Amino acid sequence: MADLTSTFVGIKSPNPFWLASAPPTDKAYNVERAFEAGWGGAVWKTVGEDPPIVNVNGPRYSALLSQDRRVIGFNNIELISDRPLKVNLDEMKRVKRDWPDRAVVASLMVPCTEKDWREILKKVEDTGCDGVELNFGCPHGMSERGMGAAVGQVPEYIEMVAAWCKQHTKLPVIVKLTPNITDVRFPARAAKKGGADAVSLINTINSIMGVDLERMTMHPSTDGRGSHGGYCGYAVKPIALNMVGEIARDKETRGIPISGIGGITTWRDAAEFIALGAGNVQVCTAAMVYGFKIIKDLTDGLSNFMDEQGYRSVAEFQGKAVDTIADWQALNLNHVEKAVINQDLCIQCGRCHVVCEDTSHQAITATVNGKRHFEVKDEECVGCNLCVSVCPVTDCITLRALKPGEVDTRTGVKISGKYANWTTHPNNPMRKEPESA
Amino acid sequence: MSDTSDGIRAGRLAPEEYARNFSDSHAPLQRVQALIEADRCYYCYDAPCINACPTGIDIPTFIQRIAQDNIRGAARAILEENILGGMCARVCPTEVLCEQACVRNTNEDKPVEIGLLQRFATDGYFAKPGAPLFSRAAKTGRRFAAVGAGPAGLSFAHRLAMLGHDVVVFDANPKAGGLNEYGLATYKTVEGFAQKEIDWLLSIGGIEVRCNQALGRDVVLSDLVRDYDGVFLGMGLAGVNALGVTEPQAAGLRDAVRFIAELRQASDFSKVPIGRKVVVIGGGMTAVDAAVQSKKLGAEDVTIVYRRGEEAMSASGYEQDWAKRSGVTIKHWAAPKEVVAEGGQVRGMRFATTRVDNGKLVETGETFVVPADMVFKAIGQSYEPAPAGASIKLNGGRIVTDAEGRTSHAKVWAGGDCTYGGRDLTVEAVEHGKRAAISADKALRQAARETRNG
Repeated sequence: MADLTSTFVGIKSPNPFWLASAPPTDKAYNVERAFEAGWGGAVWKTVGEDPPIVNVNGPRYSALLSQDRRVIGFNNIELISDRPLKVNLDEMKRVKRDWPDRAVVASLMVPCTEKDWREILKKVEDTGCDGVELNFGCPHGMSERGMGAAVGQVPEYIEMVAAWCKQHTKLPVIVKLTPNITDVRFPARAAKKGGADAVSLINTINSIMGVDLERMTMHPSTDGRGSHGGYCGYAVKPIALNMVGEIARDKETRGIPISGIGGITTWRDAAEFIALGAGNVQVCTAAMVYGFKIIKDLTDGLSNFMDEQGYRSVAEFQGKAVDTIADWQALNLNHVEKAVINQDLCIQCGRCHVVCEDTSHQAITATVNGKRHFEVKDEECVGCNLCVSVCPVTDCITLRALKPGEVDTRTGVKISGKYANWTTHPNNPMRKEPESA
Repeated sequence: MSDTSDGIRAGRLAPEEYARNFSDSHAPLQRVQALIEADRCYYCYDAPCINACPTGIDIPTFIQRIAQDNIRGAARAILEENILGGMCARVCPTEVLCEQACVRNTNEDKPVEIGLLQRFATDGYFAKPGAPLFSRAAKTGRRFAAVGAGPAGLSFAHRLAMLGHDVVVFDANPKAGGLNEYGLATYKTVEGFAQKEIDWLLSIGGIEVRCNQALGRDVVLSDLVRDYDGVFLGMGLAGVNALGVTEPQAAGLRDAVRFIAELRQASDFSKVPIGRKVVVIGGGMTAVDAAVQSKKLGAEDVTIVYRRGEEAMSASGYEQDWAKRSGVTIKHWAAPKEVVAEGGQVRGMRFATTRVDNGKLVETGETFVVPADMVFKAIGQSYEPAPAGASIKLNGGRIVTDAEGRTSHAKVWAGGDCTYGGRDLTVEAVEHGKRAAISADKALRQAARETRNG
C-alpha cells in the first residue's frame, strides 16, 4: 500500500491533507474533531494581536449553487479569529500536545512592523506548533487595515516581513499568497527572496456573490450593505492550479515547497495539485460543505490511485506534470486532432451539433440521410474540444490524434509527425529560421 | 366503513373516504422537486420532445425557464403553443408523447418529468397570473363560429381572438369545456380546474360562449356559414358504440361516458349510486376512468374486460398500472356475448374467450359469466354526422380535413375527435383548433387581398 506520510518543510503529518487556516480550524473543538476524522494537519485559523477583531452578526458565507444546490463556489467575509490571542495559543498548545503526530501550524496576521511580528512569533513558538503561515492573502476587511492581501499585493512587503520572520523564529515560515494580483510569480519570488521556507496558495479571490433584485442590494448583505468577500471552492481550482504551476515552473522559484490550496474537493484534485508541484495540500471549502468525514475519501482515493500507478510515496509523483506546462508558442502546431462521436453511446441530444454550428466550426452534422444523426465532419473539425466539453455523456465524444502519414482532410496536409511550433511558423513575422540539421 | 351490500347503492363509503378518493390523483411537484427535475433537462438541440408534442411546445425552453425561476416565462412558452397547457399537463399520455422521446431514456430509462414540470409552470402561473400573457390584435370586425366548446373549439376561438377576430362558440352542454368538463376522471382535474382554465382563456375577450346550443337542433350549419366569416366544427363524438349484442332494458347497463360526465358534475359523491360488482367493457382511457372511479365510489369488485391483449389496449401502460394499483382487475381476451339480466336488473355479463387466429380475432367457443350489478360500455365513441349534414365529407365515419383543418366545405374547418386520422387526444384537439384558426385567418386575409386587387 502507498505510503501517504508527508514531510513538508520538515513538518511531518500522516497524510498530505491539512485543513487550511479558516473557520474549520478556529478552535480546539473543531481541530480535534478533524484529527479524529483523520486529517493530517491543521493550519490554525489566523490569529492576530489583542484586542480581537469582531465579525459581523449576519451572513458571513454565501455560495454559488448548481440547480440542484450543489456548492460550486463559496464566498466568505469572516475576518481572522475573533477570540483572544491567549485562548487560541493555549488551545493550540494543548492540541499539539495531544496529537503529536499531526501538523499544527499557526497562521499569523499582525501590522507591518518588525516589533509586532517578533512579539507574536515569540508567543507562538511557546505553543510547540510545527510552523507558521503568514497570512498575506485575506482580501476582505483586514486588507483595509493594511494587513492580509494589502501586504500580499506588494512584493517588497512580502520580502520584508518574510525576512523578519525568518530572523525571529526557528520555525518553518510559509507565506500564504493572494491571487488578487496580476502575476503570482512576483509575490512568490519575493517570498523566496525574503527567505521563506515555502509558499501556500491560493487564498481567496475578491468576489461579490450577487444582487438581491427585489431589494436592489448586494447579496448577501449586512443590514442592506455588503462588502466583497473571498471566493473559493471548487470553481477556483483551475485558477489555483495555474498559479501553482506558474510558481513550480518559474526559473526563480522552481523548487520552492508549495502547499497547494484552492477548491480541492476530491483526491483527484489533490493529486493534480501535487502533480503540478505541490508538496502537500490544504482544504477548507469541501470540509465546510460536507464535514470532516471527507478526509477518508481523500486519503482512500489518493492511496488507491498511487497503488494503481505504482507510486510508493507522494514525493514520487510530486511535480511530475510541471514540465508539460509550456508557453503557447511551444505547442506543436503539426499535431492534429479530430473529435469522434461514439454512436453507441450517443443519446441524440444534439448539443454538440448546435454549439459547433452556432459558435465553432460547423463540423458536426444534425441529420444524415434525413435522419437525426450527429457525426463529426473531419474536413471541418479543428479538434477544439468544445463538443467534448458540452456532451452530457461521459466518454461519448473523444479526440483522436491523427497519426503520421494520415491526411488532415480539413487542410489537405499530410501529418508529418515532426514537431514545429509558432516560433518557426511561416505566418509568424517574428519567426526564427529553423535550425538547419 | 363501507357498504358491501349487493345491488346499486349510493353512500357506500364514509364522507372522508370520498374526499380522499376523489382528491388529486397525482401530487403536483413542489418547488424544490421542480428545480431538481428541471436540472435534468439537457436542453437538446431540435429537441425530440418538441417534435413528439402534438402542439410543438418548446419544452427545453419552458424547463430552462423553470430552472431560472421565470415561471411566467415558462407558462408563456407552454401556453403560446397550447392554450390548454394546464389541462394537458394533467391528462396528456406523456409516456407515449414527449417523455417517450426524452434522450434521458437512453441511459436511465427515466425521462425528464415533462408533464409534471408543465403542470408546475402552469399552476404557478395561474396562481399568480399578473398582467395578461396574451393580447388581441387590432379588431378586424370579422366573426367566426365554433361548434363545440371543447379543447378544439376553445383553442380555435382563442387563437382567432388573438388575431383580432370575434368568435361565438356554441355548445350543446350547459357548461363549456367539452371532455375537459365532462369526460375526465374527477381526480385528474380537481378544484374546478377545467372551468378556471376556461375562464382564464376567455378573459382575452372577443369570445362569446353560448351553451345549451346543439348543432342541428338550436343552430344549423347553413345559417352559421351564411352569418359568419368561417365556421369550425369541433363537437367531438356524441355517439356511443354499441356492444354488438342484444342490450336489454335493464338497470345497471350504462354508457361509461355518461357515468363519467355525471360524476364530474356531482356535487356530492355519496349520492352517486354504484354497484357492488362492476364490469367495464373496453380498453381505452374511458374504460380506465370508469373502472377506477367505480372503485373509488366503493364498488367491491371492478373488472375491465377487453377483447384483445394488454398491448392492444388504447389506455396507456401508465393508465393500466393506475387501474391495477387502484384495485381494478383487468381481464384480456374476452368479448361481450350476453348481458345477463333478471327482473329488469343487470346480474352479470357473459363473455366469449378470444384469441387471434391468422391475424383475426376469433372466439374460442368457451364462455364465462362475470357477475355484475353494473356493466359499463366503454368500447369507443362515434361521430354523429347528421347535425352537420351532408355537405361535410367523411372518411371512416369522421370528418375529413387537410393538414390545416379545412373540410370539404370552403368556409368550414374542423378539428378534435370528430375528425378523421387522429389519436383522440386533448392535446391534438388543441393543435387542430390552433391550426384551423391560423388557416381561417389566412383565408380571410387572402380573400380580402383578392377583393382589393380584383
